[in-house]
Amino acid sequence: MRDVAVIGVGMMKWGELWEKSLRDIYVEASLNAIDDAGVDHIDSLYIGCMSGGLFNGQEHLGSLMADYLGLGPVPAVRVESACASGGLAFRQGWMEVASGISDVVLVGGVEKMTDISGDEATYALSTAADQTYEGYHGITFPGLYAMIARAYMDLYGATSEQLAAVAVKNHLNGSNNPYAQYPHKITVEQVVNSVMVADPLHILDCSPITDGAAAVILCPMSMVGDLSKKNSPAVKVTGSGHSTDTIALHARDDLTWLGSTERAAAAAFKMAGRTPADIQVTEVHDCFTIAEICVTEALGYFERGKGAEAVASGQTAIGGPVPVNPSGGLKSKGHPVGATGVAQIVELVKQLRGECDERQITGARLALAQNMGGSGGSTVVHILEGV
Amino acid sequence: MEVGIVGYGSSIPRQRIKVEEIAKVWGADAPSYKKGLMLYEKSVPAPDQDVISMSVEASRRALKRSGGVDPQDIGAIYIGSESHPYAVKPSGTVVAEALGATPAIHCADMEFACKAGSEGMFVAMSLVKAGEVQYALGIGADTSQGAPGDALEYSAAAGAAAFIMGNSNLVAVCDFTDSFMTDTPDFWRREYMHYPRHAGRFTGEPAYFSHTIGAANAILKKSGMKPDDFTYAVFHQPNGKFPQRVGKMLGFTNEQMEPGWLSPWLGNTYSGASPIGLTATLDVAKPGDRILMVSYGSGSGSDAFVWTVTDRIDEVRDLAGKTRVMLDNDKYYLEYGAYAKCRGKIRMAE
Repeated sequence: MRDVAVIGVGMMKWGELWEKSLRDIYVEASLNAIDDAGVDHIDSLYIGCMSGGLFNGQEHLGSLMADYLGLGPVPAVRVESACASGGLAFRQGWMEVASGISDVVLVGGVEKMTDISGDEATYALSTAADQTYEGYHGITFPGLYAMIARAYMDLYGATSEQLAAVAVKNHLNGSNNPYAQYPHKITVEQVVNSVMVADPLHILDCSPITDGAAAVILCPMSMVGDLSKKNSPAVKVTGSGHSTDTIALHARDDLTWLGSTERAAAAAFKMAGRTPADIQVTEVHDCFTIAEICVTEALGYFERGKGAEAVASGQTAIGGPVPVNPSGGLKSKGHPVGATGVAQIVELVKQLRGECDERQITGARLALAQNMGGSGGSTVVHILEGV
Repeated sequence: MEVGIVGYGSSIPRQRIKVEEIAKVWGADAPSYKKGLMLYEKSVPAPDQDVISMSVEASRRALKRSGGVDPQDIGAIYIGSESHPYAVKPSGTVVAEALGATPAIHCADMEFACKAGSEGMFVAMSLVKAGEVQYALGIGADTSQGAPGDALEYSAAAGAAAFIMGNSNLVAVCDFTDSFMTDTPDFWRREYMHYPRHAGRFTGEPAYFSHTIGAANAILKKSGMKPDDFTYAVFHQPNGKFPQRVGKMLGFTNEQMEPGWLSPWLGNTYSGASPIGLTATLDVAKPGDRILMVSYGSGSGSDAFVWTVTDRIDEVRDLAGKTRVMLDNDKYYLEYGAYAKCRGKIRMAE
C-alpha cells in the first residue's frame, strides 16, 4: 500500500447560496483545490453527497460533476453514507491512491440544502434514520439526538449549560473562519434561552441547514514533488478507520455511547501507530452539541461521562489541552451534510500547514477528523500528519 | 404638471388576535415571533369586511379629505389586492358604484402580491398626469390568509388605504416614482389554492431586501436625494422587523420610520401595507415634509415614491378617521375559535 498525501484543498464561504446551483458549488470548491495543489491532471473523482435526489432532484452525480468540472471521461463515483458521505468519499479516494489504481484523485463533498423548504430538508435528512423503526413513528434527527442528550444528562448529571458550552466554543472558533456560515459569537445564556427544538436541545444546540462544498486532492507521497506545482507543505494520511453501527438508536445497549466512532478511531489509531493523547487538533461531527460531547468520549479523549465537564471547563477550546473544532465545527461553519467530512480534512490540512491565522493551533503536527452518519450508524475517522 | 394625492383614507378592522393566542393553538413559541419578527397582534376582518367593503370605507374617508371632489369626476379606479373576493368579476365595479362614481369610469383590478396597491396608485396618478382623467382612485386592500400553523398566520392581516389622485388642490405632491422588478418567485398562490405558499427564508434577502433596496436606491439616484432629505420613510412591512432592518440598511432612522411602522400591531396587510403606512404618516406630517415610500410585492418587485406634503394637510387631516386612532382604539380581541370562523378556516356543512 502506498503512503498518500493531501496536496490541495478548496472551499468557499458557506451559507444560503441561492445564486448558485449544486454543480456550481461543487465545481467552485474543486477548482480551488486543483489550484491549491497545482496539478495538471486528475485521474478520478469521488463525490460525497447524501441526497442530491431529495434535496435537488438530481442523482447520477459522478458523471454530472465530471462533466461540469471539464474532466469527463474520467471515472467518477458518488459515495453515500448519510452525513458521513464526505468522510467516506475521502476514505475511498485514499484507498484508490494507496492501492495504486490512480495517482491523482479529487475528493469532493457537496450538498445544496436550502433550495427546498425546512420541512422538506428535515424529511430528506430523516431518511438517514431507520425508516421502519424510527421514521414511521415520526421522529427526526433533533428528536433522536434529544434522546441521546436526555439519556446522557440522566446518566451523568450533565446540564443544558454544559451542552451550550459546545455551541459557544464552536461559534467563537467559527468567528475566525472566513468560510463559516454563522461566524457570530454567542453566549451560554443565548443558547439556553433560544427556542426549544426537541427538549433538551434548543435551536442553538443544533447545526444549521447549509449549502456548501469542499474538495481535496490526493496523490502518492512519493509523487508529491513531481505532481504538485505549488510546493504547499504536503500532509500525510497516516490512519483511516470506518465502522458501522445499528442505524436505529433504540437497538444500542447505551444510547450515549457511539460504538462506530470508538471502533473507527481504534482502527485509525492502530494504522497510524498513535494514541488519542498524541492528537493536537481535532475536527468532530457536532451536528448537535450533545454529539460533540459523546464523540470526544468515544474517541478516547475523555472518560465516559466526562465530556460535558471537559468542554464546559475549556479543555477543548483553542489554547486548551485538547482543541476540538477550531473551524467552528458543523455548528458555526455550517453542515451541508455531504460536504462536512471533506471540509474537516480541509480545515486540518490548513491547521497542519499553519494557515489558520486567529484560529491556528500553534505547532500542530498531528490531526484527527471524525465524521458521522445519522445518529452514529456510521463513522469515518482519519489521522493526518504534517511532514 | 404637478400630480399627487388630493385625498387619502384608510380602513382597519376593529378585530384583533394576539400572537400568543395563535401560538397557543399550535404549540409554537410566541416569544420567538414577538422578538424575532416583532409581531404582537394583527387585525382580523369581521364577517362583513372584505377587500370591497374596506375599499369603500377607505375611499369615503379619502373623499372627505378631498375638498369636495365629485365622485362623478373620478375617471379611473384601480384596486390592488391578492384577496379580491371574486376570482372573476372585479372588486372595482362594486366600489365605484358604492361611491357614486359610475358609469363613466375606467376600471380593472390589479394583482401583484403585496405590490398591487402601490401599482394601482402609480397607474391612477399616471392617467391624471397624461390628462386622460381629472381624478383617479388608487387603492391597496387585502384580507390576507396564512395557512393554519404556518409562520404567515402570525402576520396575515386585513386593511385598506385609498388615494384620490389629481393635479390640483393636492395634499401631497408626487415628485418622483420608480420601480424595480425581477422574476423572483418567493411567494405564490395558484388558482383554487386557499392558502399561499412561500419559500421560507428565501423571502428575505433575495426577495424583500434586494427589491426594496433596489427601488429605494434607484429613486434616491433619480431624485438626487439622500436619506436625511426625508422627514419620513415608509416601507412594505410583512412583519415588524423587515422594514426596520431595510430602513437601517438604507440609512434611515427609527424616528423617520416610526409613524408609518404599523405592522407590529396591525400585521401584514399585503397590498395595503405601505399605503396604510403612508396614510398614518400623512396624519402626522407637516407642510413641506418629504416622505419616501417603498412597497414590495412577491414575484417580485418594489415601487418607490417621493412625496412632498403641502399646506393643505393641516386643513384635511382631521376630516376623517386617522389611521393610528383606528389602530390603537376600539380594539376587540378574538380567541382562536372566533378568528377561525371569521377567516373561513372552519369546514362547514355542504
